[in-house]
Amino acid sequence: MKFKRAWSLLAAMTLGVGLLAGCSDGDGDKGSASGSKDGGDIKVGVNLELSGAVASYGTSEADGIQLAVDEINDDGGIDGQKIKLVKIDNKSDAAEATNAAIKLTTQENVSVIIGAATSGATVAQAQIANDNKTPLISPSGTSPTVTVNEKGDVNEYVFRTSFIDPFQGTVAANFAYNDLGVKNVAIYADNSSDYSKGLAASFKEDFEKAGGKVIAEESYVAKDSDFRSTLTRIKSANPEFIFIPGYYEEVGLIVKQAREMGIDVPLMGADGWDSPTLLDLAGADALNNTFTTNHYSADDPDGAVKAFNDKFNEKYGKSPDAFNALGYDTVYLLKDAIERAGSADSTKIKEALEKTDGLDLVTGTYSVDENHHPVKSATILEYKDGEQVFNTKVNP
Amino acid sequence: MEWLQQLINGISLGSIYALIALGYTMVYGIIKLINFAHGEVFMIGAFIGYISITGWGLSFFPALLLSMAICAVIGVIIERVAYKRLRNATRIAALITAIGVSLLIQNGVIYIRGAQPAAYPEVFANKTFNLFGAQISTQAILILSVSVVLMIILQFVVHKTKIGKAMRAVSYDAEAAKLMGINVDNTISATFAIGSALAGAAGVIFGIYYTKIDPLMGVIPGLKAFVAAVLGGIGIIPGAVAGGLVLGVVETVVSALGFSLWRDAAAFIILILILIFKPSGIFGKHTREKV
Repeated sequence: MKFKRAWSLLAAMTLGVGLLAGCSDGDGDKGSASGSKDGGDIKVGVNLELSGAVASYGTSEADGIQLAVDEINDDGGIDGQKIKLVKIDNKSDAAEATNAAIKLTTQENVSVIIGAATSGATVAQAQIANDNKTPLISPSGTSPTVTVNEKGDVNEYVFRTSFIDPFQGTVAANFAYNDLGVKNVAIYADNSSDYSKGLAASFKEDFEKAGGKVIAEESYVAKDSDFRSTLTRIKSANPEFIFIPGYYEEVGLIVKQAREMGIDVPLMGADGWDSPTLLDLAGADALNNTFTTNHYSADDPDGAVKAFNDKFNEKYGKSPDAFNALGYDTVYLLKDAIERAGSADSTKIKEALEKTDGLDLVTGTYSVDENHHPVKSATILEYKDGEQVFNTKVNP
Repeated sequence: MEWLQQLINGISLGSIYALIALGYTMVYGIIKLINFAHGEVFMIGAFIGYISITGWGLSFFPALLLSMAICAVIGVIIERVAYKRLRNATRIAALITAIGVSLLIQNGVIYIRGAQPAAYPEVFANKTFNLFGAQISTQAILILSVSVVLMIILQFVVHKTKIGKAMRAVSYDAEAAKLMGINVDNTISATFAIGSALAGAAGVIFGIYYTKIDPLMGVIPGLKAFVAAVLGGIGIIPGAVAGGLVLGVVETVVSALGFSLWRDAAAFIILILILIFKPSGIFGKHTREKV
C-alpha cells in the first residue's frame, strides 16, 4: 500500500543476526494420524510484520491466517495433509524480512511463504523466492513492483492476494461513471506521492475510456494545509464529482474545506483515506456523500463474508478488518492451488497459482493475470454520519 | 465571483502570515536577530490552544488568551536562555543559535507527543454566508477580526505606551537608550513576550481555520512570515502586516491561475526579487549611514 521501506537499511542491516529470530508454531506431528498420502505436513512459512512500525498490519494478517489454517486442519487438511505454520517476525524491516525468507527456504524447507504485509518487505524477499523456487504470496502488498521488477520482468515466484494500486483508480472510474452516473469530473491529486499519481492516472484513463470527461486536474503537495484557492478553481469548473486519491492527513482537510466552500458533489478516494483521523479532521457532516474503494467491508451482505465475520468474531471477539480478511484469503488461495496441483511441491504450487481463475474469496472473486496481478472485485464504502457503510462491490 | 472568493481566501491566509510576521519584525527591529524559533512558538501556541480546548474544556477566547500568555513566557525564556548571552557576539552566531533552538523545540515536542497530527475541535458552529456569490465562513470573519484587533492593539502599545517608547528608543540606538536610563534587557524581554504572544494567537487561529496541527507545522508558516517581514520592510510593523497580506494574496493568485504546485516557490521568488531590487522592503526608507 503505502510503504516503501528504505532500501538503504537493507545493506546496513543484513549483518544482523535476524536469522535466529524465528519461532515455530504448532506441534506438527498430527499430520500422519489422518492417513495422508505421503504422511507429511504442508509446511507454510509466515514472514510478517509482527512487531515494529507496521505491526498492526502483520498481526491482523497473522490472525486471519491462523483462523483459516485452524479451519482447514479441523476439516481434515488439504487432501489429508495438515498445514503447519512456521512464523517469523520480520520486525517491519526489509533486511529482517530477507533474513527470515532465507531461513524459511534454506533451513525450514517450507513449500511456500506467506508475507510480507507491506510492498517493501515483500520486494526484499522476491529474489530469494525466485532463487529457491519457493512461491511467495503477499496478502497486502499493493505496489505493482511487488510482482513486476523495474526491468518489467515478472517475479516468477511472487504472487499477491490484494489488488494493485492503479486498479483502485479503475474501479473508482467505473463506479463514478456507471453507478453515480456522473460525466464531468475533477481530479485533485497529491503530486508528491506515487500512489496518488498512479491512481489519478488510471482513474483518468478509464473514466475517459468509459465516455466521461475530466474537466479539471489539480495537484497539491503533502503537508499543505490551505486548499481553498485550488478548490475555488475546481468549483468554478462545475464538476459533478471530484476524485481525490490521497492520504487521510490532507484529504481530511480537503473534504472539510470543500464542503465549507459549498462544494456538495460526491467526493471519492481510495484506501489511503482509511483512518479514524480522517473523521477527526473532516467531521462527520462533511464526509457525507463521499466514497472510497477498499479491499473489504465487514458489512458486505455476501454469504461468505458473513460466515467469515461470524467465525472471526467467535475466535477473536472483534469484527475483522481488511487485513484480517486478506490474511484469511491468502490461505484459501494457497489451498486452492495445492488442491489443483495435487501436491505440495513448490514448483507445482507456483504453476497452479498462475492458473488461478474465478476463485471465490472473502475479499472478492480472484483470478490472476500474466503479471501476477489479481483481477478481483473491489468494495466501495460510503461515509454516512461518520460511519463507513458498505455501498457496492465493483467487478473489474 | 471566483475572484472575490480568491481574495477572501488570500486575505485569510495572509492575516495569519501577518500575525506571525509581526513577532519576527519586532524582534529584528530591536536586536537585529532573525528569530527562526518564532515558527516553533507559533506551533506551541497551536498545541496549547488545542489542549486547553479539548483537555480543559475552555472556549475560544480563554484558550486564545491562555495560549498567548504561555507563549509570551516561553518567548522570554528562549530569549533569556539562548540569546541574551550572545547579544554582543557576531550576528551569525545568534542566527545559528536561533536555528538550533527551533530544531530543539520541534524535536522536543515530537519526543513528548509523537509526530502524528491532531485535529482541532470545532469551537464555533461554522456558518457560511453568501457574499456576492462568494462563500465566507464565520471562522474566516472571526480570524480576520481577531488578527485586525491584535494588530491595532500592537500599534497602540508601540506608539502610545511607555514600554513602546522604550522599544522604539532601543531599536533606534541601544547604547544611547541605556544612557538615558532605559532598561534595555527588560525592553528586549518585553519585545519577545509581545511577539511570542502574537505567534501563539496565530497558532490558535491557524488550528481553528485549518484544523490540522502537528509538531512541524511551524516551519513553512515561519519561513513565509519571514518573507512577509522582509517584503514589508523588516523592522517595520505596518510593513509586516502589508507583507503578510500581499504574500497571502499572491500565493492564492498563483494557485487560482492553476499553478498550485508553485505557490511555495512564488513566496521565495518574491523574497529573492525584493532582496535584489528593494532590500529595504515596501515600507522601507533609504537610510543614510551616520558617520
